[in-house]
Amino acid sequence: MHITADRERCVGAGQCVLAAPAVFDQDDDGLVAPLTVDPTDGDQDAVRQAVNVCPSSAIWIDKE
Amino acid sequence: MTEMLEHDVPSFPMARECPMHPPAEYKEIRKQEPVSRVRMPDGQLAWLVTGHEEGRKLLADPRVSSDRQHPAFPLTFTAEQREAFNRNNRLSFRRSMIGLDAPEHGVHRKMLISEFSVRRIAALRPRIQEIVDQSIDDLLAAGQGADLVEHVSLAVPSLVICELLGVPYEQRHGFHEWTRKLISRTTSPQERTEAAESLNDFLDKLVTEKEAGEPTDDVIGRLIARNRENPVMTHEEIVGTAILLLIAGHETTANMISLGTVALLENPEQKAQVTADSSLLPSAIEEMLRYFSIVESATSRVATEDIELGDVTIRKDEGVVVSGLAADWDDSVFENPGELDFHRGARHHVAFGYGVHQCLGQNLARVELEIVFATLFRRMPGLSLAAPADDLPYKNDAGIYGIYQVPVNF
Repeated sequence: MHITADRERCVGAGQCVLAAPAVFDQDDDGLVAPLTVDPTDGDQDAVRQAVNVCPSSAIWIDKE
Repeated sequence: MTEMLEHDVPSFPMARECPMHPPAEYKEIRKQEPVSRVRMPDGQLAWLVTGHEEGRKLLADPRVSSDRQHPAFPLTFTAEQREAFNRNNRLSFRRSMIGLDAPEHGVHRKMLISEFSVRRIAALRPRIQEIVDQSIDDLLAAGQGADLVEHVSLAVPSLVICELLGVPYEQRHGFHEWTRKLISRTTSPQERTEAAESLNDFLDKLVTEKEAGEPTDDVIGRLIARNRENPVMTHEEIVGTAILLLIAGHETTANMISLGTVALLENPEQKAQVTADSSLLPSAIEEMLRYFSIVESATSRVATEDIELGDVTIRKDEGVVVSGLAADWDDSVFENPGELDFHRGARHHVAFGYGVHQCLGQNLARVELEIVFATLFRRMPGLSLAAPADDLPYKNDAGIYGIYQVPVNF
């Protein structure tokens, strides 16, 4: 799996951090800062949930 | 689509039969047409979205406006209340991000995002725990039959948001009363104007003091400092932001504490699950947020272009109410929505809205709810209602649902 996070679209709701804390963080501005763009198998369901709950479509999966 | 006669259009808001459930009509309306017509209290027609998918789609659509001054923006005001709302000459009330559109909305929101990040809020946990413990001490000291709302539900989020924003907590009686009047639909136009002006003047004075002195170490003080370095907000807009954060920061969480406590007391099996295993609390809280979805019509919008949604076309300049409560009881997304199921994984609820306006303080709300429920049932294992749940004074008149008083024994 490969993901992209777009800081420009991010509104800092923090939903991705709650859904997949091993993959997503927020930087000092509160905007999305992925800890990895290649989530391991164990984190992929959490990433899908993060993508689903992101209110501003700021994160997406490029490659399953 | 069936043609609807003018007099067949249902009125919004709709009444509840059961205080813990949405109006029964939602289910039927959603089944027939998840985007349908309603008549607002001022007589205008608007669209009501009751489907979860349609609701999220509309709220994420860039072709909608949140401008509450737009003549077609659906407000739960009578024509007379609406006229007074439009006449209100305190500018700042209209200048907070809840009513702004892109690109201005994003510029304002970015000034505050860092304050409410998951990590920043997590750092507040020890202080929130102290505040919760103190509030429970107060409830215990008040004796049997004491009001949970006064001592806990309202006290905890009010003190937390006051400390965070840098608003003196001693002034809470004023802003509690003004907020109550502002969100009640039964407030007269005159009273509403007075409450809006009082709240406005209170925060205008506070912001003016903070602007004049050394930067204070709180959200409003830091916002002022940030705005000095990178001026994007006027004084009125900072005051408007302070009003929004103060109201949203105390009233919503307060109602969720009251409703959640009653729900847990009325569902002993679910209560036993969370008291036995506190790691279940976060998902229990998501489920309670879904179940009550208390801020029902903050997610109203006006179309700025024609928008196809479901089987209908919403025309430019038509108003839309996305009922988060109806969406969160959409049984095609949440099976058996009337069941309080802490294991369902309800994270995709829209209780905090959806799209770029989604609640900025949602992670603060989550942490406050978690600490309150964990502490309340640990310290007061014998907590019970001192009046039947059905007889409590529910906020059927308010734009944010909740309960006015919850007398408890322990």
